[in-house]
Amino acid sequence: MALPLVFFALFFAYPVVEIVGRGVKDGGQWQLGRFGAVLSDPDILHVLWFTLWQAAASTVLTLVVALPGAYVFARFDFPGKQLLRAAVAVPFVLPTVVVGAAFLALVGRGGLLDELWGVRLDTSVWAILLAHVFFNYAVVVRTVGGLWAQLDPRQEEAARVLGAGRFAAWRKVTLPALGPAVAAAALMVFLFTFTSFGVVQILGGPTFSTLEVEIYRQTADFLDLPTAAVLTVIQFAAVLGLLALHAWTVRRRESTLRLVDASLTTRRPHGPGQWALLWGTLAVIAVLLVLPLAVLVERSFAGPDGYGLAFYETLRSAASADSTFAVAPLDALWNSLAYGAAATAIALLVGGLAAAALTRSRPEPGTSGRTPAITRLLRGFDGLLMLPLGVSAVTVGFGFLISLDKPPLDLRSSWWLVPLAQALVGVPFVVRTMLPVLRSVDSRLREAAAVLGASPWQVWREVDLPMVRRALLIAAGFAFAVSLGEFGATVFIARPDQPTLPVAVTRLLSRAGEFNYGQAMALSTILMVVCAAALLALERLPIDHSGEF
Amino acid sequence: MSTTSRITAAALAAAAGMTALAGCGSSGTSGSADAKTVTLVSHDSFNASKSVLAAFEKESGYKVKMIKGGDAGEAVNKAILSKDNPQGDVFFGIDNALLSRGLNAGLFTPYKAQGLDSVPADLQLDKDAHRVTPLDYGDICVNYDRAYFTEHKLTPPQSFDDLLKPQYKGLLVTENSATSSPGLAFQLGTIASHGEAGWSDYWKKLKANGVEVVNSWEQAYNERFSGSAAGKGKGDKPLVVSYASSPPAEVMGKTPAPKEAPTGVATGTCFRQIEFGGLLKGAKNEKGGKALLDFLLSKKFQEDMPLQMFVNPARKDAKVPELFTRYGATIDKPATLAPETINKNRDQWIKQWSSLVLK
Repeated sequence: MALPLVFFALFFAYPVVEIVGRGVKDGGQWQLGRFGAVLSDPDILHVLWFTLWQAAASTVLTLVVALPGAYVFARFDFPGKQLLRAAVAVPFVLPTVVVGAAFLALVGRGGLLDELWGVRLDTSVWAILLAHVFFNYAVVVRTVGGLWAQLDPRQEEAARVLGAGRFAAWRKVTLPALGPAVAAAALMVFLFTFTSFGVVQILGGPTFSTLEVEIYRQTADFLDLPTAAVLTVIQFAAVLGLLALHAWTVRRRESTLRLVDASLTTRRPHGPGQWALLWGTLAVIAVLLVLPLAVLVERSFAGPDGYGLAFYETLRSAASADSTFAVAPLDALWNSLAYGAAATAIALLVGGLAAAALTRSRPEPGTSGRTPAITRLLRGFDGLLMLPLGVSAVTVGFGFLISLDKPPLDLRSSWWLVPLAQALVGVPFVVRTMLPVLRSVDSRLREAAAVLGASPWQVWREVDLPMVRRALLIAAGFAFAVSLGEFGATVFIARPDQPTLPVAVTRLLSRAGEFNYGQAMALSTILMVVCAAALLALERLPIDHSGEF
Repeated sequence: MSTTSRITAAALAAAAGMTALAGCGSSGTSGSADAKTVTLVSHDSFNASKSVLAAFEKESGYKVKMIKGGDAGEAVNKAILSKDNPQGDVFFGIDNALLSRGLNAGLFTPYKAQGLDSVPADLQLDKDAHRVTPLDYGDICVNYDRAYFTEHKLTPPQSFDDLLKPQYKGLLVTENSATSSPGLAFQLGTIASHGEAGWSDYWKKLKANGVEVVNSWEQAYNERFSGSAAGKGKGDKPLVVSYASSPPAEVMGKTPAPKEAPTGVATGTCFRQIEFGGLLKGAKNEKGGKALLDFLLSKKFQEDMPLQMFVNPARKDAKVPELFTRYGATIDKPATLAPETINKNRDQWIKQWSSLVLK
């Protein structure tokens, strides 16, 4: 418990409070009047409204599209499943500039849809919503699907034997069990889309702006810290409200679940309905996720003299070029992997400890439990861990700059700054993925172990760990994917000159010329392949079956 | 158990690393405190040949450390925020649009760099105080797609007023002044040419003539502009706001070298951006910083710049590469505005522009 608290206090709360404090304080005096001024600006209200409704729409759309996918991945066995599950997570790691380019190639002028049917969606809200589904599909599939795969189907079958219809059985048995995971996934999608930056900037056209975009503009363009601070506080309040709502729904729904090994619940689909579901899901994935990625790959091979490896070859020769602009792809790849591994390790340590502490904090049924005050405090901490997802990267970045600038914590040009910032975004994933599973572990198992003389550490190792191993892997995969593709924090904080792949791609895209563009596409393709390979490797890690299952 | 114990081990190793890091921080040897290292703070576009940097390191005995802090505006704002405890010794890349903000914040220690005599007077915007040194310049201009204008037997526009003519209706794409620095520079260009009283009228007419606005240069140039090779000619706008150095960039890497660049520059629509460097106030290695500033203005570095950053050297005696002289445009009368004027009005101009053009 202490470590996660210190981590968050030092690398999140302190920098954010410092930068916001600079904005709302003037010579030691709080300037609360600024809130009124900013909140009565019709432009700001317009931004707020747009931020809210596009996030709500994106979340609903993502759930509608991805929940069937979560079911398919959880329950069906089909060839290429692992590869596909890794592939749907790829969008997650791609920098938004790249995704923007891919989407524009599909739905923009002269794009595929334009050539086929004359449909152009760029600079419309549809492009934003579709891109949000593209980015967040994996969030739903992985958080919900991870738990779904471990739900014992026999419970639902038992209900049906007892006379419940198929839908009633699902509604009464499976839905309540999935509830927390669905709520967690929805919350994460909402937070991501609520704080959407790149997608709105690139695809939305200049008339659309989210709170996050506005905070960025006020901070990075105008250096208007007071306005930025007020907006940050508003975003903060919105996120807190959301988290409270989420905590409330989860508390009403949580139940102890019977979890089984995922391999026992999957089978080949049977019957036309299930086949249709499988093919439908595959079709959605093909159109919505694979097609934009394929466009990138196609562009990376479309050299000046027809298809070939021209761009990849210039990338290789650029490696030896006499310029600090030319980044050897291998160097950038290595930087990305090293940052990602460090960030994942930090996120797992901090997030894992936090999740374990939060599970312990629940009053056990039949016992008096902890005092309500402590329980409330811990619930607050639960929410706190989600906050980094809801706070603008530019706020955190500028906060780092002015707060972590003195020894012993002058991290501003330290290598560790990047993985620390990336871990901030990774921790919420770890906590969110592990909590539902940890909480569903029957506490009587723990008690029994304790009664039999096991130390707390042994209880965790022998009881909890075997159950959460899968969730832990999923969490690690997320944290790693987030760090590989993480761009916000990496560009906003001052860094030593070690560009990651996304940073290198963005640099190339910001220059004219066919070769710069082609190299950006080639590097993006490499990023995609590496990410898919890393996720696939994680899925393949041996899970030993000697435990309870 | 093997998997998870490995993960735990990795996590513990990371924790150990963090502790070690806190330890080495307290011994107080962060880069620039070291007299042998000089730290350059800049924006993401800064580039130099490795060999040129290495030559400086060898001659001076200093090791150069680079910190890049986002795009140009962001980097300046970061420097302002951390001015009491600067991140490095020298800042590179504050331009005329932001110069006053940096000078008013007291970012720099005056130093007259060697070689300043070779810099034309019109680039020396701080010539009495020497707080900053002009290092390079570039022009933001409307670029045109040669193929489109040949095909349609149309002469490309040359001036701001040309852009209002009916034959160019719906052909221009530009960037959002509020989110893109070329977009803002183009707006400043129109203000310089049509005056503080007349520019909003000009934009009303430009809007009526079908100007399109997108958020970023990447989108305008790579996706919308029909002349960019990146878009494979699928863009439908033959006019775009970009840089005077974009045509040479289009030719780069092409074999055999074409007779002329596929794109051209409307020379009467240019706004000049001048980039400056300066010694940061509170620099830990002031001596090294001065040496670095001299180096940035040295002929060697100045001649390296064009192909690294696609800008023109500030020194008039620096040789410009053939790629630039052959395919680039020389802008004789760029539009300019005094830094103080920009600083005073910038935010309000952007606001006014947004409500005028975007709504």
